Amino acid sequence: MPGPQPVAAAKVSANAVQSKPLLQTAGGEGADRVFKSAITACGLAVLGVLVLIVYELVSSSRLTWHAFGFKFFAGTDWNPVSEQFGALPFIFGTLVSSLLALVIAVPLSVGVAVFTTEMCPKAMRGPLSFFVELLAAIPSVIYGLWAIFVLVPILSGYVQPFLAKTLGWTGLFEGPPYGIGMLAAGVVLAIMIIPIISSISREVLMVVPQHQREGVLALGATRWEMIRVGVLRNARAGIVGGIILGLGRALGETIAVTMVIGNRPEIAKSLFAPGYTMASVLANEFSEATGDVYLSALVEIGLALFLVTIIVNALAQLLVWTVTRGQPARGNV
Amino acid sequence: MTGAAVLTVVIVLVPLVAIFGYVVYRGVGAINWAFLTQTPKPVGEAGGGMANAIVGSALILGIASLVGVPFGIGAGIYLAEFGRNRLGSVIRFTSDVLSGVPSIVIGIVAWSILVRGRGFSALAGGLALAIMMVPTITRTTEEMLLLVPQALREAAYGLGVSRWRTTLSIVLRTATSGVITGVMLAFARIAGETAPLLFTALGNTFWNLRYNQPTAALPLQIYVYANSPYDDWHRQAWAGSLVLIVLIVTAVAAVRYAVRRGSFGTA
Repeated sequence: MPGPQPVAAAKVSANAVQSKPLLQTAGGEGADRVFKSAITACGLAVLGVLVLIVYELVSSSRLTWHAFGFKFFAGTDWNPVSEQFGALPFIFGTLVSSLLALVIAVPLSVGVAVFTTEMCPKAMRGPLSFFVELLAAIPSVIYGLWAIFVLVPILSGYVQPFLAKTLGWTGLFEGPPYGIGMLAAGVVLAIMIIPIISSISREVLMVVPQHQREGVLALGATRWEMIRVGVLRNARAGIVGGIILGLGRALGETIAVTMVIGNRPEIAKSLFAPGYTMASVLANEFSEATGDVYLSALVEIGLALFLVTIIVNALAQLLVWTVTRGQPARGNV
Repeated sequence: MTGAAVLTVVIVLVPLVAIFGYVVYRGVGAINWAFLTQTPKPVGEAGGGMANAIVGSALILGIASLVGVPFGIGAGIYLAEFGRNRLGSVIRFTSDVLSGVPSIVIGIVAWSILVRGRGFSALAGGLALAIMMVPTITRTTEEMLLLVPQALREAAYGLGVSRWRTTLSIVLRTATSGVITGVMLAFARIAGETAPLLFTALGNTFWNLRYNQPTAALPLQIYVYANSPYDDWHRQAWAGSLVLIVLIVTAVAAVRYAVRRGSFGTA
């Protein structure tokens, strides 16, 4: 970038004049070696932390692994008193709430991304993306608080009766409309992952070359056809990457979900029914767990959650990378 | 179809405005001098505040920044200046993986290393949050250092400046505002975290300023109060949320300001 460079260079030369011992650093190899080791140690610490996380999770969950094996993930009975531990209801809850969130969030996020990159006047672009990114900065406990006192009453008073009347025959929207339950968790998660998916989609759409758009328009396409053929099709892999990154966030989200999902370990077909996720059972029961097997069962759920999110995130990074070629995806901004 | 796209924007902005508006509306009504200066009253008694949680959050976030910022910047410098090899790629990948680890899992690990057998403490909470800060800081630092023109480094070497001096006083200094952006983003991300504190800092209804004792934190207190059946506690949860949001939005706005001033030039 030619603009700022001279300024920076001028600053540096001013700097060089001020500091006296610049030319006396011939013996600086020792200091250089110390510096390089210290910096390398910081880098290795990142690696060390991850190794430590894996080691702790594996070693603290060994007890359950030996007692139940793979049956741990297939069992539906979660009864700490009789030391019966089956994690399937939590896995079910995590998957269903996250997928529900994706169903709601994906069309909205892609719509927002298309609007900000292709249609919106330049002056609005900055403020709009700023506001959407602000959504990402709200702590999950505040989402939870808002969901309990605002979203849940709306769901139980208006949305759920409406869904039961119109789509009740599917079996997905049955039972008493308490508000609290899987549907509420899905909606909160959707609001929370929209900023991630839309900001990554926006980044990906922006790297689609301008001549793609111009070429399609020159062939006589309408603006909508241009967006569909010239832009979205080119950015497909990156958008999918953003969606998967959002999924990763939804899978691991704890506090807001715990506050509205109802926390009952059961597998129900209806989205009105309460559920339980892997993250929320950890939040609720970990500090009260008595007995080594109980504790180890909870850690094993943590380990499973860890592995799933790692795989999902790695996949997403790869997909985003294929589009933006090395510019890292900023999922957590 | 333009209409459909505009509609999605409206649908996305409605919850945003609703959340902000509601937090401000309820929070401003609930916040008062007692809230900012007193500790929680016993259950059933009205009044009291979250002063100890605000101070506790500051303590925990202070510990987290003290540990997370130097390590994150150090790792970023390593990746940018020495990381063009296999070890660098491994660390870069590890850092990306680490940023995707659910915060509750980091809480469990922090519990199992720092709390088991020793007791809940502000230190354990701070270290758990420090782990969450590192990946964001590392990646931003690396990106920003790579933006510094190679010619600057060569000019410094040409003057006989040693490598460490070049890296710290020329490369890092040139990229200062970008690095600060990364630090603030990481700070905004951890300031509202509740899950990693549940089994590390635990929470406390009294004053605590010692690093090795259970400590109250604003997000924890909001979580507990939101789940309680008392109206007065709900009121205080809203007030706490307002304080937390003001803190975080200030940090994010500072980041936007720093970014707008450009990645170059010393801040």
